[in-house]
Amino acid sequence: MSAPLLSVEDLRVSFPTPAGRVEVVKGLSFDLGRERLGIVGESGSGKSMTGRAILRLVRAPGQVTAKKMEFEGTEIQSLSERRMRDLRGARISMIMQDPKFSLNPVMTVGRQIAEALQAHERLSRSATRARVLEMLDAVRINDPALVAKMYPHEISGGMGQRVMIAMMLIPRPSLLIADEPTSALDVSVQAQVLDLIDELVRDHGMGLILISHDLNLVLRYCDRIMVMNAGRVVESCAAADLHRAQHPYTRGLLAAVPRMHETRDILPVLDRSDWSGT
Amino acid sequence: MSAISLKDLDISYGKAKVVEGVSFDVAEGESFALVGESGSGKSTVLKAIAGLAPDWTGEMAVLGRSRGHRPDRGFARRCQMVFQDPYGSLHPRKTVDTVLSEPLQVHGLGNRDARVEEMLRAVGLDRRFRFRYPHQLSGGQRQRVAIARALMLEPKVMLLDEPTSALDVSVQAEILNLLKRLRAEQGLTYLMVTHNLPVVGFMCDRMAVMNRGRVVEIAPATALHDGSFADPYSRALYAASGGTAHD
Repeated sequence: MSAPLLSVEDLRVSFPTPAGRVEVVKGLSFDLGRERLGIVGESGSGKSMTGRAILRLVRAPGQVTAKKMEFEGTEIQSLSERRMRDLRGARISMIMQDPKFSLNPVMTVGRQIAEALQAHERLSRSATRARVLEMLDAVRINDPALVAKMYPHEISGGMGQRVMIAMMLIPRPSLLIADEPTSALDVSVQAQVLDLIDELVRDHGMGLILISHDLNLVLRYCDRIMVMNAGRVVESCAAADLHRAQHPYTRGLLAAVPRMHETRDILPVLDRSDWSGT
Repeated sequence: MSAISLKDLDISYGKAKVVEGVSFDVAEGESFALVGESGSGKSTVLKAIAGLAPDWTGEMAVLGRSRGHRPDRGFARRCQMVFQDPYGSLHPRKTVDTVLSEPLQVHGLGNRDARVEEMLRAVGLDRRFRFRYPHQLSGGQRQRVAIARALMLEPKVMLLDEPTSALDVSVQAEILNLLKRLRAEQGLTYLMVTHNLPVVGFMCDRMAVMNRGRVVEIAPATALHDGSFADPYSRALYAASGGTAHD
């Protein structure tokens, strides 16, 4: 097997509180190849902090430590802030939850995407423009030339998220971290956006980390799944095996979701005493 | 007599007409869902019934009494609303006790202490939460308080606007179970807005599918089992929610 794209060992993220430091990620280890990994958990499980820690985006007073955090053979932790900036966006990209808050409201969509490209590559103005339009086309925007001239408030949420994806993928990164990329979108648009991410990730042979609270969604779009609870991974398995999950937390989560073919009168509720001792 | 009856309801915000020609009846004791994407006007229908979107034409009746455009004290006794975001719908500087006593005070009802205690028990909150502030509660506990507040006046009709979409799945299950139990215990009628079709399957008897301000189809919740929707938009929504024959 080839060397993993990303290799993380004993990742810990902590924040100070009046009662001492609290760890929100407690010793996380995983290897990621050119595959699609899903991280699932409820609010406060530490899943988003894991994504941010990989990009070194956890701000002080938050503290990140790890025995190893290697991306394409380079140790991320020892990189200077300047080298880190070259890595972010160019090699590892992150799609955030809500396009409304992630796009610059006073800059046209085209300029924002071009800026993402220019930060990492030196290209002529016409070449930049061609790449931007090509990318907008790749994220299935019907009239790229028109949309490139629009401002974020003139486009819909689904379109905004597609613009975000275009912006994140235009420097051709090899790892994409998507943190709840569709939770601000309608169901009908959700599927389109995820199908698009899926297709681009496959075509470019990228690695994907999909962070979500939605088990079914992660099941549909990932090869491997890690379930997190209170900063720890409680279950790690192939997506196809999730229905055979062993840990009571995973089983509880699976059972608590209403199904399309619902026949149960009462939904089973997580009994938190089951594993709180572990 | 139907619990909620809407006929040719048009609702506007300023010049923009956001709901057009909506008519449906919800029977007493029924749980009825309004589903659709954002911007389809489903929440607006709920707001109009509650009196929060006053610019409407058509006919509305709740429990046989027609609804006017002016604030209606008696209406609050028959029909109450629970909002989507439990973080935004509770007053941050009022304790749970104050929040729950206020409706009783407004309507001049006595025996407040006992009623608050009883309602806390009904929604599954321990009595130690009674004198806490919203920021001392979790999202699920806050939504329980919001439901308790709506039930304080013992209404028969509840308007639920995405009551669980801001909550984690395990907490969502608790709140859905609670709503289901309360409905059985108190003989309530629910009109619920949601974009989550599986929740409809769990909670509701019938649903109206809305698109661009219009009701495109009224279907029984059993349609979710086999996808037997007549309208192409309903079918598309069903497919996008992951509805397939094997699910």
